[in-house]
Amino acid sequence: MFYREAGDIKTSYVDDGQTFPIRLDRQLYFSALIVAWGVIPFLVDDYWANAVLLPFLIYAIAAIGLNILVGYCGQVSLGTGGFMAVGAYAVYKLMTAMPEVNILIHVFLAGGITALVGVLFGLPSLRIKGFYLAVATLAAQFFLVWLFNRVPWFYNYSASGQITAPERTIFGVVVTGANSETWATYLVCLFFVTLAALIARNLTRGAIGRQWMAIRDMDIAAEIIGVNPLSAKLGAFAVSSFFIGVSGALFFAVYLGAVEVGEVFGINKSFLVLFMIIIGGLGSILGSFAGAAFLVLLPVLLKNVLVGGLNWPTDLAAHLEFMIVGALIVIFLVAEPHGIAQLWRLAKEKLRLWPFPH
Amino acid sequence: MIHAATKGAEASGDSPLATDKAGDPILELRDISLSFGGVAAIKDVSFDILEGEIRAIIGPNGAGKSSILNVISGFYVPQEGRIVYRGARRPSLKPYQVARQGIARTFQSIALFEGMSVLDNVMTGRINHMRSGLLSQALWRGRAEREEVENRKFCEGIIDFLEIQHIRKTRVAQLPYGLKKRVELARALASEPKLLLLDEPMAGMSVEEKEDMCRFILYVNDEIGTTIALIEHDMGVVMDLSDRVVVMDYGRKIGDGSPDEIRNNQAVIDAYLGVVHD
Ligand SMILES: Nc1ncnc2c1ncn2[C@@H]1O[C@H](COP(=O)(O)OP(=O)(O)OP(=O)(O)O)[C@@H](O)[C@H]1O
Ligand SMILES: [Mg+2]
Repeated sequence: MFYREAGDIKTSYVDDGQTFPIRLDRQLYFSALIVAWGVIPFLVDDYWANAVLLPFLIYAIAAIGLNILVGYCGQVSLGTGGFMAVGAYAVYKLMTAMPEVNILIHVFLAGGITALVGVLFGLPSLRIKGFYLAVATLAAQFFLVWLFNRVPWFYNYSASGQITAPERTIFGVVVTGANSETWATYLVCLFFVTLAALIARNLTRGAIGRQWMAIRDMDIAAEIIGVNPLSAKLGAFAVSSFFIGVSGALFFAVYLGAVEVGEVFGINKSFLVLFMIIIGGLGSILGSFAGAAFLVLLPVLLKNVLVGGLNWPTDLAAHLEFMIVGALIVIFLVAEPHGIAQLWRLAKEKLRLWPFPH
Repeated sequence: MIHAATKGAEASGDSPLATDKAGDPILELRDISLSFGGVAAIKDVSFDILEGEIRAIIGPNGAGKSSILNVISGFYVPQEGRIVYRGARRPSLKPYQVARQGIARTFQSIALFEGMSVLDNVMTGRINHMRSGLLSQALWRGRAEREEVENRKFCEGIIDFLEIQHIRKTRVAQLPYGLKKRVELARALASEPKLLLLDEPMAGMSVEEKEDMCRFILYVNDEIGTTIALIEHDMGVVMDLSDRVVVMDYGRKIGDGSPDEIRNNQAVIDAYLGVVHD
């Protein structure tokens, strides 16, 4: 029952390069997978799915995407909401234009379209960095929301200006629209989050990930060693936007079902996902999950304890949430830029040496 | 006279300055001039680097030594002059394109990837030896995984050679200065350069660290056969290591020759003793 690497000797570089080098970590990871895939689908009810599980899974995909760009490649972006909107509108147009094609394929395609849009809005990163790039992506955010509001073609000329997901099935089970099966929507999101995590992990531990991190840590030295900044940065924008597009598509089609763009994909969404990766941990896949879980659970928890338990007014609880998140952002940015993921690593470090701390 | 010697670069095989181990010129700078606004950093400088030699570039602070390396590695584009690399005139290239031609370097002020481990820093040096595509890497199958293991083996060889095994998983930000210099050398070597440029590789090191670094540089030159151009202020080191020396002062080349010739060159002595310029 000890958390140890002793006796767990790596005899090949393949073993040494694996994702969870320590056996207990590996066991934890596989247990989580088994619970997520094999247990939760049988237990999940509407409240848990809609209040916690679906938003957690979908935000985790967006956080992984943004973390690739910001945490791994060092390119700040405030356009997450806009890119999620691209994914949502892309999947909407695809679903309505080609109803016979499977929704899973549409979600992938929506990710691909968002990747292209991301590359386009990533072009300024070749000339500007940091604060100026953040402002440029902010412009993208406002432009995209404006575009989807103003051009009726995007919402199929609907009177309300909203987009509404038509009913679609996978293997005969309804996953979008009003009659969707809760457990099935959960599984669809779980499928994409599992895929996103695997791909992100593989990309960040190999040659491409090292190029991203090299650009992040010192772009001049990266270039001198042979990293083409153009392909590394635009590659990061593409992969990042792909995941964010997928999350936007799921957020609209599977989770909400109907969307008014300014309300759902506004600048608040950009900040929310950014806060997730700051609190969870920049440059960490695990941190993306931790941050998404934290910011999804916090309001639920406050609402249940303060409003439900102590009879606080709802708006007071909401204000408290703002204050907690704000304080945490400041604390993490100042004291622990690698977020919850780093705290977890440090705790494991201690555990590994326990009970002999020296 | 020393100056005349470099002009005979075309006939380099029997150049009077060529040492026994040196071959054809791997790189020639011809009439290079570079200025920033009004400030001339390099004025009409020509010299060559022969295959297999250790070429030192020396000179007082601000003489233009680092600027020369920056021109070679594509950071600065000279207003005048040309560069001939391995027999062909080199067009104006971006730094990453220069790297792909087999030129690696280290910096005067360390330029490592601080947030990455030593191993990842060194592995980044293998970038031009890794070809697998996005899809292969995303799935971690086939070529991506194979390349990762092959290149890891190569990097472990360099890590062993530079005696930094014990820190391979340490983040660079946590390392002391001397070790960082060594990691930077490891990263440059990982790219298997044909020409290695070292900007003050021993600056700020203790005597033992300098000795280690000299040993590494000599080994790389002798055993791997890498051509090296290095900037160094420590005259003892320069005289011991280098086959030929270029001396710079105020952006001009004021001397070029073997260490012995340089030691006895009046212009060089004046520059180092701080004789007032006209
Ligand atoms: N990017 C730049 N912009 C403006 N001036 C520059 C730049 N790089 C170099 N210079 C100027 O060019 C001259 C030569 O600088 P360089 O760094 O090449 O000298 P150096 O010989 O390497 O000196 P040191 O021994 O101090 O490293 C200096 O006057 C310097 O101020
Ligand atoms: Mg210098």
